[in-house]
Amino acid sequence: MSGSVPQALNALCAGLILIAAFAMVATRQVQGVVRFFIVQSLLLTASCFLLGYSRGSMHLWALGAITISTKVIAIPWVLRRVLPGDYYERREISQVVNIPASLLIALLLAIAAEFLTGPLASVANDPVIRVNLPIGLAGVLIGAWSLIARREAIPQLIGILAMENGAFLAGVAIASELPLIAELAIAIDVILIAVVAGLLTRTIRQTLGTTQAAALGELKEEPVSWR
Amino acid sequence: MTQAIAYNVLQVLFVMLFAPLYAGVLSRLKEMVQSRRGPSIFQSYRDIWKLFHKDEVISAETTWIFRFTPYLVFITPIFVATLIPVLTDYPLAFAFMADMVGAGFYLAFAGFFSALAAVDTGNPYGPMGASRTRMVGFLAEPVFMIVFFTVSFVAQSTIPYIVQQKWVASAAAFFSPAHILLLIAFLMLILAEGGRIPVDNPTGHFELAMIDESKGLEYSGRGAALMKWGGQMKFLVLACIFLNVLLAPWGLAHGSYPAAVFAAIPQILLKVFLFALVLVAIETSLAKLRLFRISEFLGAAFITSVAAMVTSIFPGA
Repeated sequence: MSGSVPQALNALCAGLILIAAFAMVATRQVQGVVRFFIVQSLLLTASCFLLGYSRGSMHLWALGAITISTKVIAIPWVLRRVLPGDYYERREISQVVNIPASLLIALLLAIAAEFLTGPLASVANDPVIRVNLPIGLAGVLIGAWSLIARREAIPQLIGILAMENGAFLAGVAIASELPLIAELAIAIDVILIAVVAGLLTRTIRQTLGTTQAAALGELKEEPVSWR
Repeated sequence: MTQAIAYNVLQVLFVMLFAPLYAGVLSRLKEMVQSRRGPSIFQSYRDIWKLFHKDEVISAETTWIFRFTPYLVFITPIFVATLIPVLTDYPLAFAFMADMVGAGFYLAFAGFFSALAAVDTGNPYGPMGASRTRMVGFLAEPVFMIVFFTVSFVAQSTIPYIVQQKWVASAAAFFSPAHILLLIAFLMLILAEGGRIPVDNPTGHFELAMIDESKGLEYSGRGAALMKWGGQMKFLVLACIFLNVLLAPWGLAHGSYPAAVFAAIPQILLKVFLFALVLVAIETSLAKLRLFRISEFLGAAFITSVAAMVTSIFPGA
């Protein structure tokens, strides 16, 4: 049982990743959502490194390095640059349903993820897959839910990225030999999404004075000057 | 057998003697973090001593419930202390009298009576605090139950002595997501039940904002001393359940020699001191929640505990 300690620590990371996913749903402040996303990405990095160590896979080490450089450093920095600080400090960002109900829905999604991956995980006789697959799927579903429930642009973007984190967590457990080109493509893709969405949000904010995606449904009568 | 009973009595004495010290250390640490000096760590003992030597004034309008409640609040943590591992990691004489659900029942029983006693006084602040405590209580109840279900499912037992062996059996069990989620849910529960800061301010003196404190406003003399001491013991007992049963059953005595049991006392004290540091960090970095945000706090605890149950029941764990 030489690989049992990294696997145990990987399980710890997976549990905390699930907590971070719930925390992203429960947080009101935009800044808090971004912070929990950074924490979740750090835990994902730790999970990649631990699995890379226990399986001796260079690909997982590379994946961990890509995760930490994009999701922990680059994306928060880009988002910080394109929008002013007071945007992040605002509280009470509006949601479609209130936060306890949103948390309960997130819980139901987590239960569904466990239920759906249960047969798969029991076939794969690997403790890492048994831990990572349900939590990864739960991360994807909870990220999708926060994409639906949030009405602000940046938390919606974080929802997409959290879905990606969940998919990575499940992916590193299933396929340890993911081709590096795919990882790099995903990494660049993610950065581009963040830059485009961030700049778009900035422009929307400058023209309309709000970043609420819900407010974009109304048509404007007078022509908007696009600077 | 007599030895086991003696150790059980020793556990009770441990809880009785060190509960005021623990409350004093906690408040002193908090004052130090806030760069104030604060009272001595032995101040709680002096308070209790002083209150025992004062005259007791009881309103003529109150019934037996008001007089009976301080004794109940004082005695129930002692009952619970006989059931849980405080110093030893093997079951003692009374360990099989009741399981963790029974321990929860004892504590809830005392809470019920202290709420009744607060209503009994007719003081306007008493019933207000009592109804708030009940609100926190019924929101905390499902979390308690789910935590117990999960623990009993994982350990196949609800006796705390058997539960604690499960987590340290292997590193995989200790770091399993179910265990981590369970710990976080129970920590949030301790903060709510103990009246600590995100839910209630234990040092607040403003009656309108009080939750837990306002129940004891009408007590004086011996009654106040018993209520105070009982509350401190309840908190130490909850900390012992968290540390010795759920988190880290290290430092408990293995052998049945008196020396081993006495050597466990400083180790347990060190453990609860480290826990106090964590509590102080939580209390100084968070603000008290608004009353209707408490439901969100405990809702989050509920979500966490159900997630723990789900990850332990399905083959994922």
